[in-house]
Amino acid sequence: MSDEPRHESGTPPAGPGDRSLFKDLTGDGIDWRSAMLVPLLALLTAMLVGVVIIALTDIDALRLWFKDPGAAFSETRQTVWGAYHALLIGSVGSMRALSETLTQASPLILAGLSVAVGFRAGLFNIGANGQMLVGGMFAVYIGITFDLPAPIHLPLAILAGAIGGALWGFIPGLLKARTGAHEVITTIMLNLIALRLVDYFLKTSLFQAEGRPDPVSSDVHPSAELPRLLGFLDRVDLRVHLGIVIALLAAYGVYWLLFRSTIGFEYRAVGLNPQGARYAGMNVVWLYVSVMAVAGALAGLAGADRILGVLTRASPGFSGSVGFDAIALALLGRSHPAGVVAAGLLFGGLRAGGQVMQVRTDISLDLILVIQALVVVFIAAPALIRAIYRVRTGEGATEQLAKGWGST
Amino acid sequence: MTAAVADLQVRTPAEKRRSRRLGIIYIVLALFVLWAFGIGSSGEGDSTFRLVRQTDRIQDLFGWDLNLVLPAAMVAYVIAAMLGFVGAVQLTRGFKRLDHVVLSVVLILVVFAFLTWAAAGRSFSLAGMLDETVKRSVPIALGALAGVMSERVAVVNIAIEGMLLGGAFVAAMVGSSFGSFWAIVAAMLTGVALAWVLAVLAIRYRVDQIIVGVVINIFVLGLTSFITQRILSQNPHLNRAEILRPIKLPLLGDLPIVGPILFEHNIFVYGMFVLVAVITYALFHTKWGLRSRAVGEHPKAADTLGVNVYGYRYMNVMLGGAIAGFGGAFFIQGSVGSFDENMTAGRGFIGLAAMIFGRWHPVGALSAALVFGFADSLAGKLSILEVPIPSEFLLMTPYIATIVVVAGVVGRARPPAADGVPYIKES
Repeated sequence: MSDEPRHESGTPPAGPGDRSLFKDLTGDGIDWRSAMLVPLLALLTAMLVGVVIIALTDIDALRLWFKDPGAAFSETRQTVWGAYHALLIGSVGSMRALSETLTQASPLILAGLSVAVGFRAGLFNIGANGQMLVGGMFAVYIGITFDLPAPIHLPLAILAGAIGGALWGFIPGLLKARTGAHEVITTIMLNLIALRLVDYFLKTSLFQAEGRPDPVSSDVHPSAELPRLLGFLDRVDLRVHLGIVIALLAAYGVYWLLFRSTIGFEYRAVGLNPQGARYAGMNVVWLYVSVMAVAGALAGLAGADRILGVLTRASPGFSGSVGFDAIALALLGRSHPAGVVAAGLLFGGLRAGGQVMQVRTDISLDLILVIQALVVVFIAAPALIRAIYRVRTGEGATEQLAKGWGST
Repeated sequence: MTAAVADLQVRTPAEKRRSRRLGIIYIVLALFVLWAFGIGSSGEGDSTFRLVRQTDRIQDLFGWDLNLVLPAAMVAYVIAAMLGFVGAVQLTRGFKRLDHVVLSVVLILVVFAFLTWAAAGRSFSLAGMLDETVKRSVPIALGALAGVMSERVAVVNIAIEGMLLGGAFVAAMVGSSFGSFWAIVAAMLTGVALAWVLAVLAIRYRVDQIIVGVVINIFVLGLTSFITQRILSQNPHLNRAEILRPIKLPLLGDLPIVGPILFEHNIFVYGMFVLVAVITYALFHTKWGLRSRAVGEHPKAADTLGVNVYGYRYMNVMLGGAIAGFGGAFFIQGSVGSFDENMTAGRGFIGLAAMIFGRWHPVGALSAALVFGFADSLAGKLSILEVPIPSEFLLMTPYIATIVVVAGVVGRARPPAADGVPYIKES
């Protein structure tokens, strides 16, 4: 760390001149109306495009259009209505739906926080996927090899997840700080390496379930599983588990780290202006390394959450698309922990509802991926929203984040 | 005159350090080859490399098998000695401008030593393997070329994966009804359309280019999987495209070794080689190329001289999209004939890696793609060779190699100076 104190911990360098910089640094001065308007319109637009996609892929109705447009229209309307109705019911329509929404939301929030912390420090962590995989494998290892009482076993497994993720985040951080290797390239590569490593380790005797020919790990011991929150109701379908509490705690922790601690101030300073931070005497190498380790730890927690909460065992590529959804989440939540939690609940609901939609209608969960992608486009390019709805939206949620491959 | 000046240039300390590091790496490799494949190896006997495939007619012509029989241990000693010599030269005086050539020769020697060791006591089809290498490197190379096209004008392209996948999907659907020609055209247009989205968002709306790339990848993955499940799974006749046969070039195709490897392929392989040649020539020897590179290195200067920066960016990104779409069609018309969810399985990212590994140069990108394709096909052969190396580790090599390159351990890859930075024209 640097030798001279530049400011009291957390107190702003007050002065009328750097008002906007201060707002940026604290994240407190957000124009909430504008901050809410763009995401809502983005979601609305994306859902409307979803309607178009459903309508255009309804082959039976498309054939009807030529013969009987009226009937075709009502059939398309029914398909769309059925799908979105199921989506809504499946996300908030019942006790079970709410439980599923929270279950899906917890890894999303954790991974979203991982990306958000990176964004704040000016780093683009595309590696949440790989960090989840490594963290999840660490958690599985603890979960299947040791026999301990639950109060020790579970925290140990969760901690292992965080450490695994931190390790996988540490590598690109160190490479960025020491050699200037762009974190986007290294994290993409580390994602793919992690996928292969999981494939490999699941076939070794360390992990592979006995008697199984396929690469699947043994089941995590019950003492290492995240306990279900609604277990007292004695219903198997209420899967919501302690993970959501961990996710919310982590969100608060990230908020404190970013906006109330000295190092968080430095993270944001280096994110806004690395040169300035360097001139101000901040240790940029240490900041890059530590912020990537923190981001990795959060993603590792997401992996542990998936494994110890729902899956109970590891299989190839068990992280699914969470690592990429996390990028969308961080953008949607404007890299603010509260925003990430809200966005995580939204995406969790979309996912939970999407599964019900997939079962009830013949519309697959992949539609959710498309909707999420569109949401991000509209969030990242508010000019599009501005053009469509003729509203004033303020600046984009993302300034230019990446500074090119070769920048050091 | 200028060449003499260039030779006299004093090397910077960083270059000296790098040169020394390379020399040490060569010596270590020499010792490794000596120990692992020579002294410490239990693999006795000869390694037999079959230079022609069983199906090739060339055998009838000569009346005997074209095999390369080498004593395994001897090869290891010779290669170790060569590596040691190269390392010593590198340490004492360096190879100066031949650095890269020497590095690739060293890598080839190490791989050859490994293969001889692995094939000791049995016979191994080198021809089949190289043939496979070329096939597997096609989508990687085309993806990398798409990346070169767009990053040379400073638009970062992470969406290669999505363009390949989208191209493959459209090629399958169009190919099932309208034949291969239109399938390839449609796939290329799909790539162009996706590239157009990338270009508009990146250039006009100045959205972060990496975000756009990620989004395009997710969007294409979601949409193609969605349509596959909703339409193609119930209508298999919409997902049954024709596979193009290899075209054997007259005379050249009959040559041993190189014939089947280079001159008996479908049009995608020829397309790849032609594109590499054309783009290399165009980028470095035409007005268009000079202007494109100027736009990528110093857009402001280019603009001042009257180059239409935006125009060049749009055009080259979309040309890149067409190339990626062509690469996508390879998965269908050049390979399996039907679309599968997420069938590109990360090839676009390997293409990105190949582009970086190849230092944003078309020939470099092709070489990198061939190396990665080689690793890929070798991974498939490991179980046959009974080598105690898990195939997963070989499949990782492209990614590790890329990290090594971007970290500058053995020479840094330098991207176009303005890569990823949007250009704002002053009015």
